[in-house]
Amino acid sequence: MRDVSLRVNKGEFAFLTGHSGSGKSTTMRLIHMSDRPSSGEINVDGYSSDHITQRDLWKVRRLVGMVFQDFRLLPGRTALENVAFALEVTGTPRKAIPARANLLLAQVGFAPKTDALVEQLSGGERQRVAIARALANEPDILLADEPTGNLDDQATSEILDLFWDINANGMAVLMATHDLELIGRHPNARVIELDQGRLVSDSNIMRSGTH
Amino acid sequence: MYAIREAAAAFRRAPILTALSAGMVGLALYVVGLFSLATYNLRIALEAIEERVEIVVYIRDNTRQSEIDLFLTEIMDFQEVSNTKLISKMDALERAQRDLPEFGQLFLDSEVNPLPQSIEIALNPGNRTPETIAKVVKAAQSYTFVEDALYGEEWVDRLFALRKIGLATTTAAGAAFAMVAALIIGAALRIAVFARREEIYVMRLVGARNGFIRSPFLLEGALAGLTGGILASGLTYGSYRGVSTYMLDVAWIPFSWVGIGLTAGLLFGTISSAVAIHRHLKKV
Ligand SMILES: Nc1ncnc2c1ncn2[C@@H]1O[C@H](COP(=O)(O)OP(=O)(O)OP(=O)(O)O)[C@@H](O)[C@H]1O
Ligand SMILES: [Mg+2]
Repeated sequence: MRDVSLRVNKGEFAFLTGHSGSGKSTTMRLIHMSDRPSSGEINVDGYSSDHITQRDLWKVRRLVGMVFQDFRLLPGRTALENVAFALEVTGTPRKAIPARANLLLAQVGFAPKTDALVEQLSGGERQRVAIARALANEPDILLADEPTGNLDDQATSEILDLFWDINANGMAVLMATHDLELIGRHPNARVIELDQGRLVSDSNIMRSGTH
Repeated sequence: MYAIREAAAAFRRAPILTALSAGMVGLALYVVGLFSLATYNLRIALEAIEERVEIVVYIRDNTRQSEIDLFLTEIMDFQEVSNTKLISKMDALERAQRDLPEFGQLFLDSEVNPLPQSIEIALNPGNRTPETIAKVVKAAQSYTFVEDALYGEEWVDRLFALRKIGLATTTAAGAAFAMVAALIIGAALRIAVFARREEIYVMRLVGARNGFIRSPFLLEGALAGLTGGILASGLTYGSYRGVSTYMLDVAWIPFSWVGIGLTAGLLFGTISSAVAIHRHLKKV
């Protein structure tokens, strides 16, 4: 990644696009601080990659929810258990977990099959569970790395609707995709294009800066 | 608590692995226990022998009593000297008759007593070293009326060499097998971390604290170390009972040694598991 200066604002909806290998996933890992930049700085709500210690990275991770093309749910556990796990390991009081996990699943439109193992769910259903898990800590931004890559058109548009719902509640959404047709269907969103690790275009030049 | 529940869950998931690693740690520490037992008993035996380390100073005949008295006070000034005992010519004769009855008649028959008078110098415990002995012997020999000063130098030197060898062997073997135990725990923990890599990935993804991710593994390592330590203590005690019942009468190691062993097991378990998961958590 070179010369990328990007700022995602609170409550924004943006697509991150570009060819394979252009650096979309890398950008997301940098924001989540699962990768550290070799030079330059990442800033998430005041936490700077220059100053934050390994010990404190969890603070950034709770501000940044993340979902992936391949869902990355824990196999052998139910939908509810997957969401409950995220709540448990981030210190939610044990008694509050079941109700909160059910609420999160209801929020993403996943209510009836909470006790089904994730292996038994469809791709669209799994992605909803993954989104519910990403929302567990009420992050400020949701990063979605090609979340619809494994889904059909029907499921894709349902997930996009869900993202807009989430965004309407004030959360920023940054979604990586190389599906230009899909981007075309959402003219209200900001579009950021990367090519070979460089920022080549941004529909929202006015508000560029460093994220 | 989460850590306890997770460590228990880890045991339920892979009871054989956990039991196996605790068992192997137990065996490694058992060797350390046997060495401790041997060293401790060697030490007791050596101390008993050391009590008999003394210097005998032979006095020429015709030495005046005042000179001997002066010698006794001066030699008592050494801090290392605990006691002196004057053996007169008569005493020496009686002793010879008692200890060597076959010569008894010979001594009685002769007109003159051929045995010299002597002074036995005992040293304080902890000062029965070759250096101290040499110092006192040298001082004694500086008196003109002292015929000779003897102390069985060869066996004193051997005694101390034996003691050093015993200590060195136990230390080396103890360190080696404690290392083996630590490596076993480390390897088992790496397997446990690998088995839970997906959970660890998700924990980091959603922002669990490092300490939270580590604690169940640390607890597991500590428990493996402690269990191994208890197992080793049991095995060592069993061996002790076996040996003292059927072979020779040995002493059980001090309770504090057992305590140190268990603490070391606990500590080794925790440290080696900390190292094992630290490596894993560095990446991702
Ligand atoms: N830490 C790193 N250091 C150097 N290069 C890296 C690093 N991580 C990834 N890359 C490279 O950066 C490029 C961009 O990778 P990235 O996964 O971000 O692309 P992408 O836009 O997500 O592609 P895709 O659409 O296939 O998912 C790749 O060529 C990759 O090999
Ligand atoms: Mg990618």
